[in-house]
Amino acid sequence: MLQDKDRIFTNLYGQDDWKLEGARKRGDWDNTAAILAKGRDGVVAEMKASGLRGRGGAGFPTGLKWSFMPKQSDGRPHYLVINGDESEPGTCKDREVMRHEPHKLIESALIASFAMGAHAAYIYIRGEFFREAEHLQYAVDEAYAAGLLGKNAAGTGWDFDFYIHRGAGAYICGEETALLESLEGKKGQPRMKPPFPAGVGLYGCPTTVNNVESISVASTIMRRGASWFAGLGRPNNAGSKLMAISGHVNTPCVFEEELGVPLKDIIEKHGGGVRGGWDNLLAVIPGGCSVPVLPKSICETVLMDYDSLRAERSGLGTACMIVMDKSTDIIEAIARFSRFFKHESCGQCTPCREGTGWMMRMMDRMVQGRAELEEIDLLEQVTRQVEGHTICALGDAAAWPIQGLIRHFRPEMEARIRQYKAALGGTGLVQVPAHGVPVAAE
Amino acid sequence: MNTPWKPAEQPDKFSFDAASEAEIAKVLVKYPEARKASAVMPMLYIAQRQMGRETGSAWVPVAAMDEIARRLDMAPIRVYEVASFYTMFNTRPIGRYHLQVCTTTSCWLRGSDDVVHACKKAAGVGGFGETSEDGLFTLTQVECLGACANAPILQVDDDFYEDMDGPRTEALIAALRAGERPPAGPTVNRCGSAPEGGRKTLLVTPEAASENQ
Repeated sequence: MLQDKDRIFTNLYGQDDWKLEGARKRGDWDNTAAILAKGRDGVVAEMKASGLRGRGGAGFPTGLKWSFMPKQSDGRPHYLVINGDESEPGTCKDREVMRHEPHKLIESALIASFAMGAHAAYIYIRGEFFREAEHLQYAVDEAYAAGLLGKNAAGTGWDFDFYIHRGAGAYICGEETALLESLEGKKGQPRMKPPFPAGVGLYGCPTTVNNVESISVASTIMRRGASWFAGLGRPNNAGSKLMAISGHVNTPCVFEEELGVPLKDIIEKHGGGVRGGWDNLLAVIPGGCSVPVLPKSICETVLMDYDSLRAERSGLGTACMIVMDKSTDIIEAIARFSRFFKHESCGQCTPCREGTGWMMRMMDRMVQGRAELEEIDLLEQVTRQVEGHTICALGDAAAWPIQGLIRHFRPEMEARIRQYKAALGGTGLVQVPAHGVPVAAE
Repeated sequence: MNTPWKPAEQPDKFSFDAASEAEIAKVLVKYPEARKASAVMPMLYIAQRQMGRETGSAWVPVAAMDEIARRLDMAPIRVYEVASFYTMFNTRPIGRYHLQVCTTTSCWLRGSDDVVHACKKAAGVGGFGETSEDGLFTLTQVECLGACANAPILQVDDDFYEDMDGPRTEALIAALRAGERPPAGPTVNRCGSAPEGGRKTLLVTPEAASENQ
């Protein structure tokens, strides 16, 4: 388990001063010029060597992503865009960075922008994080006043501007190309790829979009060295990561932990144990709502990192887990996600626009048990029709929780259906209410 | 006077006041001149806040969207599209206080149903999307607010009230009704998103940690 001396986010809870003076005491902005003196290739090489994988959910190697930016500008400016549209249900880690470690984020953004030849960075913060955006704006103003941003930022010789842009309540804007559309003043509807943002991104210019946490760890990695970071965690799953526990644990919280630690230990240590004891555990959703649920049997042994969770047909996602005890109606818990995805589908691709509605309505019936047993397979089939048939991953994200539910909790779904039939006298046919089946209870 | 609340009509005209103009000036410098359409979302927010200041109901009338379109050289339909796509722009009048309850799974597991029930009872609102008779409260069901470790969350206008339950929700609404704004954040004994009752990590100060290296 991670020791305090290896923690990157030392003011995670805002227990100390989050402003410039406090940040400097924690080591931020300490001779930033020396880091940039390693040169663009030096910074990218160090980031690659650290083994850092994207902290927003997909887990793409961050250093590699930076290296995709054109080496020479063709006249178009380069942009860094930071994704602070944290909206994945269960996920609440970037919020802590933005409100309690804003200078770590700004300094790291300077390093990252230098490494990709960008003189401007935009951060897209979800609209609901109004107070977090206020903190960050305060920190930006402090940084400009102290010469850490603007011309010759922090004495590095690199001109760098940092701008805050607030979203307005659309989950889809966490998808990188939808985010760019939104930043350009349009509806947040994802773009087709290719072209990829590194070629044609914001305003048609080369752009890299990174998660808040992926950017924020850069300054510490550069200071303490790639080998320090790579020495934490497991091979191909390097480093420490912000995680969170919500749901049925004794002490829900956000924390920083090493990758590759057993899920059970994390719940016991940070979450204070499952409410009612470990044996009262029903299931865990390990990384935000779009990764499939894990039943207790898998939670006993699985490690918390990208590859271990992938091997269990789930995923690390954002590493912000939702714990459910035996009192949970697991079908309802997943049905709430289906309602979420129905609400958040941008409406651009037909399989997702229509499919999320179908899945929501079928899931709502599954909660009641108002279905035929064969319809579980039909529901599974619908998820397969949506998955992989849309421009962005929202369709996949809507399909996976249901697939996970069917994979691990099919007996519960069948029991619910039998129960419903028994309660209504069980003629074998589904009882349709006299007023008809409600369509799209929006 | 107990006149039931009636939503305001769409005003014929809208113009930004001096405070809004100062904010707009700060927003426009963020984007390249040729890309000023990027300012559409910030300007919708500015219009919404100005309506809140002027009328006590923070919403964006069509006249404001037209004014934004004119200022940003956009077709009005492009502004309408944006205003209607994003849920945080209120295209219809709302009450003085906007109660936004998260009911997504993390909050639901920790009792958001109680918070919803308490909101309806204390604010006198029948259901989601409705405004109380006195025009003070509008209740909205929102999707995940991104503060799941502090669930359940009740967002009032810009502020998150965290770790809520039924009784604390009723007390909060009573305070709002009395014209107070209780401090936002956790309503139980915890610092930010640290575990309740005291943090379990970051117990070694950074100074001591660096000495150990």
